[in-house]
Amino acid sequence: MKKYILDLTIVENRRIHELYTLLILTTSDGSILPEMKPGQFVQVAVDGSKTTFLRRPISINNVDRENNHLWLLVRNAGEGTRALMALKPGDLLNVVLPLGNSFSMPKNQSDLVLLAGGGVGVAPMLYWGKRLKEEGYMPKFLIGARSAKDVLQLAEFEKIGEVYVSTEDGSMGEKGLVTTNTVLDTDINKIYCCGPAPMMKAIANVAKAKSIDCEVSLENMMACGLGACLCCVENTVKGNVCVCTEGPVFNINELTW
Amino acid sequence: MVNLGVNIGGLNLKNPVLTASGTFGYGEEFADFVDLNRLGGFIIKGTTINHREGNPYPRMAETPSGMLNAVGLQNKGVDYFIENIYPRIKDVDSHVIVNVSGATIDDYVAVCEKLSPLDKINAIEVNISCPNVKQGGMAFGTTCEGAAQVARAVRNAFAKTVIIKLSPNVTDITEIARAVEAEGADAVSLINTLLGMAIDVERQRPYLSTITGGLSGPAVRPVAVRMVWQVAKAVNIPVIGLGGIMNGRDAIEFMLAGASAIQVGTANFIDPSVTMKIIDYMDEYCLRHGIKDINEIIGMINN
Repeated sequence: MKKYILDLTIVENRRIHELYTLLILTTSDGSILPEMKPGQFVQVAVDGSKTTFLRRPISINNVDRENNHLWLLVRNAGEGTRALMALKPGDLLNVVLPLGNSFSMPKNQSDLVLLAGGGVGVAPMLYWGKRLKEEGYMPKFLIGARSAKDVLQLAEFEKIGEVYVSTEDGSMGEKGLVTTNTVLDTDINKIYCCGPAPMMKAIANVAKAKSIDCEVSLENMMACGLGACLCCVENTVKGNVCVCTEGPVFNINELTW
Repeated sequence: MVNLGVNIGGLNLKNPVLTASGTFGYGEEFADFVDLNRLGGFIIKGTTINHREGNPYPRMAETPSGMLNAVGLQNKGVDYFIENIYPRIKDVDSHVIVNVSGATIDDYVAVCEKLSPLDKINAIEVNISCPNVKQGGMAFGTTCEGAAQVARAVRNAFAKTVIIKLSPNVTDITEIARAVEAEGADAVSLINTLLGMAIDVERQRPYLSTITGGLSGPAVRPVAVRMVWQVAKAVNIPVIGLGGIMNGRDAIEFMLAGASAIQVGTANFIDPSVTMKIIDYMDEYCLRHGIKDINEIIGMINN
C-alpha cells in the first residue's frame, strides 16, 4: 500500500475522558483520505518540545468516508500525547500513513467473532468492527476497564454489535478482568484483541486453551514506523521482526508468548 | 546552475547527500517518500557474514533531542542481501554503498569478498564503531592498531572505494583517522553514535535491554561537527560528516567544517522525505551565497 506524509487539519478535539481524547482530522486541501485498513496505524509528528523528538504511533480508530474524517483515539501517556491532546480545531497535524498490516478476515462467513479491547486498545476495534459488519459478520465486543467511566466509545460499539463489559470494580458489566467474562464461554471461532500486554497474553491463553484462532495487535515502542530502524522488534517463531511492518497484528501462533 | 557533485575517494556523487546505515533500510522502505535516484547515494544497513538476530527488545529510548538505540546489527547476512535485495535495487540511478560489519577480521574480509563482484556496489563503508555488539564493532575502532588492522585487511579484500566509519567514543579521533588513512582507506565517515544510557526512574531500571546504547539525533551534532572539523584538518582523504543532521542548514554546517559529503540518519525517522529537502536546500543555499560549486564550501571556515 502506498504511504503518504500529509498535513491533516483538526476538525474536532473531543475530550471523552480525563485521560483520553478523540481527534477527528481531515485533509487540509479537500482531497480524499488515502485507503487505510483496520489494524493499521499512523505516525504523528509532535512539535514544540525537545523531549518529544520522535513521531508517535497511533492506531486508526475509524475512517469516516462519508465525512472524509480520520479518527485517532489518544491516551495521555506523556509529554508527546499531551501535546496532541491540546490541539485545537484548525490546527495542522503532520501524519505518516497508513502503516503496518491489518487484521485478517475470519475464515468462514459463519464464524462467530469477538473483538476484545482494553483501555486505549479499543481504538482499532471500532474500525475493524465496522468493517466486519459491512462484510456481513456479527461482531461481538468485549471491553475491559477499571471502572464504568473508563469504558471508551461504548455508544459507538453498541451501534455495531453486542457489547460485553468487564470492570475491575464491577461498576459496569461483569466484575473482574476480561478473561473471566462469560462471553468467552459462548461459541466463538475467532478473537481479535488489543490492549495492555498482560491482557493480550491472558486472552491469548484463553484462546489457546479453547483452541480459538486469535490475533493480537502489539504496540512495541517504535522510532521510524517503516521497518528501517529495527527498534520495535517482537521475538516471533521467525526470529525478531518489526512490529511496524510485519505487525502490528500477529496471530498468536506466530508469537513466542 | 549550481554544481552539487562531489567526489569521495574515486566515487562521484551527484550531490553530497547520503543516508546513514541502519536508518534507511535497503532504500526501498522509503520509496514512497523519496526519489532514490535523486540521492547522492544510500548506505545499506550493517551487513555481516552470517544472519544476526540483534539484541533483545527494548532497543530504543527517546532522549532530549535524540534517541538511544541498541539494535545490535540485526541483519539477514550478506548472502541474503546479494540474493534477495541486490537484484531489486541494482538499477537505481544512485550509489548503493554497503555498510560492512564483523566480529573478526576474517568476517570483514569474507563480506568484502562477496560484495566485490557486484557491479553496483562501488563502495563499502566499514563499521568499526558499533557500540552495541560484544565482539568486534567498536572494539576495533577505539585503538589505532585495531582500526589499522581492519582497514588493512579490507583494503586488500576490496579494490573499490573503502570508507571507514569512525567511533566518537575515543580520546583523539584524529589518531584513528590517520591510522586508517595510512592503511589506504579512501575516505572516513564520522561520527557513529555516542555511547549513552538512560534510566526509567519510576521502574528503577535502564530503558534498554543492553543497559547502554548509541545516542543519535541533534543532541550529538555539536560533538560531530567538532570531530569532523578536527579530522578534516588531520587527514588528506575526504571526510563524510554525520551526526544529528535534521535539515539543510545542518548539512551545510558539516560541509563548512570540512565534510565533503554528509549522511542523514535519525532524521529519516521523523521526516522520511527529509533528504529531498536537504538537496533542495543545498541548491538554494549556494544560489543565495553566489556559490557555483558546492566544493567551494568544504572546510570554508578554515579559509
